[in-house]
Amino acid sequence: MYDGGKIITGLIIFIGLMTFPVWHNGGNAGVLPKQEKPVGKTACVKPTVEMRTSHMLLLNQWRDEALREENRKPFTVDGQDYEKSLMVGCMNCHTDKKKFCDECHLYTAVKPYCWDCHFPPKENL
Amino acid sequence: MKHSFLAVIALVLVAMLGAQVPGLKSVFGVVIPWLAFVIFLGGFAYRVLQWGKSPVPFRIPTTSGQGKSLDWIKQDKYDCPATGAQVIIRMILEIFAFRSLFKNTKSEVHSGPKLTYESSKWLWLAGITFHYCFLIIVLRHMRLFTNPMPAFIAALEFGDGFLQIGAPTVYITDLLFVLALSFLFLRRLVNAKVRYISFAADYFPLFLILSIGITGILMRYFVRVDVVSIKQLAVGLTTMSLPAADVMDKIGTMFFIHLFLVCTLMVYFPYSKLMHLGGIFLSPTRNLANNSRMVRHINPWNDLKIKPHSYAGYEDDFREYMVNAGLPVEKELPKASEPEA
Ligand code: HEC
Ligand code: HEC
Ligand code: HEC
Ligand code: HEM
Repeated sequence: MYDGGKIITGLIIFIGLMTFPVWHNGGNAGVLPKQEKPVGKTACVKPTVEMRTSHMLLLNQWRDEALREENRKPFTVDGQDYEKSLMVGCMNCHTDKKKFCDECHLYTAVKPYCWDCHFPPKENL
Repeated sequence: MKHSFLAVIALVLVAMLGAQVPGLKSVFGVVIPWLAFVIFLGGFAYRVLQWGKSPVPFRIPTTSGQGKSLDWIKQDKYDCPATGAQVIIRMILEIFAFRSLFKNTKSEVHSGPKLTYESSKWLWLAGITFHYCFLIIVLRHMRLFTNPMPAFIAALEFGDGFLQIGAPTVYITDLLFVLALSFLFLRRLVNAKVRYISFAADYFPLFLILSIGITGILMRYFVRVDVVSIKQLAVGLTTMSLPAADVMDKIGTMFFIHLFLVCTLMVYFPYSKLMHLGGIFLSPTRNLANNSRMVRHINPWNDLKIKPHSYAGYEDDFREYMVNAGLPVEKELPKASEPEA
């Protein structure tokens, strides 16, 4: 081995970087999200499985429909009408952002910027 | 090229069908990724150690500038480094700025016939764009593997999603990644000279990485998957605490295709040209100081029993034959033995 010291140091650094998540987590999988489902309601806008994976696509579609196509036709869940809106649609049922949306988003480290402008329920200016 | 393309399609199909079989989800989600990762690290270390064992008896840096000489001749320090510190700067520029690729030229034959060389930066631009996007994408993926996620990755996510287009936000690197890879592929098709020297070993990694990018983009923007369950699996892989079967069942097929292609890449990596990741650090033409005139480098496999043989000694041994053959000698034969002419 020529320049063995340097090469082996380099290799150890490389393997250390590659296995970064292993020693960062330290064998602890951390807390899982415990989102609180709305009480008294049984169904979401779309089937739960679809909401779970694709709610952001739906929000994006609503936003385009409401603001670009002026289509604010209310939608119906369980025979009740809701507004096509983030603040008064989704949050009408999911009343606690922290205990619902944020639980998942913190876990998967997503930070929707929607709340730069939109208010979560019960927040006062 | 045809075969590389079909090979990647076959890999996609294997994962697509495999993930449908109930019991095989844990094979594609756990066993294969673990094996692939071990092969990747093991193969990588093996290749690097193998290179480390090859002797580099002399300094063979490629120089494209004035070497260290007399005091009044300006040395080009980073093109022809003479000290360790200068080599380090040259290596940093090479690794982070792809400096030797920046010197890429294009040669063309014009009517005349006249051969022309001109600077060509497109390859450098696409190459460096691709590599930085790859790096940022892989770093951003750490959000799936670490819980809680380190803060610098949040900063990367924010910067990358800066355009705030749509939901989920479009990442700038996703667009540039596909764009740069497409350029690198088209270059091999359009340029006849490059096409002539392109083989499966060139096309296969391009197709493989491109399809990893495409499946990832499909998964994020079009065929949504359950990212919460995927994170449970990914964190589980790093902590040896695997998620329950019902969590695995929530993960869509697109993810298994993406992951299987990544596993293929990891297994293929150490045995392919992609090893330039390690190779760049061990390139004798880059990492040696050009100090052959200042330091004596002794060939490591020299037999110490063989004594140095100077030219004067050589001439002493063979003077007569040399003179007979009409070769010039520094010291003439003694007068007495001079043949009569
Ligand atoms: C009519 C009331 C109602 C409205 C309006 C509503 N939801 Fe829901 N949502 C629910 C209920 C109830 C559930 C739980 C369903 C279940 O447990 O199967 C749910 C489930 C979900 C889930 C899945 C949670 C999980 O743990 O899998 C997500 C994500 C979600 N909603 C997001 C939204 C978003 C985003 C909107 C606005 C576009 C919205 N919801 C609008 C009632 C509503
Ligand atoms: C079941 C867990 C879960 C719940 C509950 C949930 N989300 Fe999400 N959400 C996610 C995940 C995971 C992503 C990121 C997906 C990705 O990165 O591809 C996401 C992404 C988003 C995005 C897009 C972020 C971006 O990248 O721009 C928006 C907007 C969003 N969620 C809104 C909401 C709102 C509003 C609620 C509450 C009503 C909610 N989500 C509840 C899991 C959840
Ligand atoms: C720059 C500020 C801003 C940001 C950031 C923002 N919005 Fe909005 N949004 C608005 C405004 C202003 C309206 C118009 C309200 C109206 O006309 O009713 C609106 C309307 C909407 C509507 C339709 C009508 C309604 O009342 O809700 C939806 C849906 C919506 N936004 C979703 C989102 C989502 C999802 C995000 C995050 C990905 C987001 N918005 C981010 C400013 C913003
Ligand atoms: C060679 C390494 C990899 C490359 C180049 C790659 C590339 C990509 C790209 C370009 C995307 C699009 C979205 C984004 O940029 O974040 C993506 C998404 C994704 N990748 Fe990968 N990937 C790699 C490895 C992995 C691995 C090992 C996993 C296993 C956990 C994985 C899981 C995912 C998931 C779940 C998504 C969707 C994320 C979302 O919806 O936001 N990827 N990938």
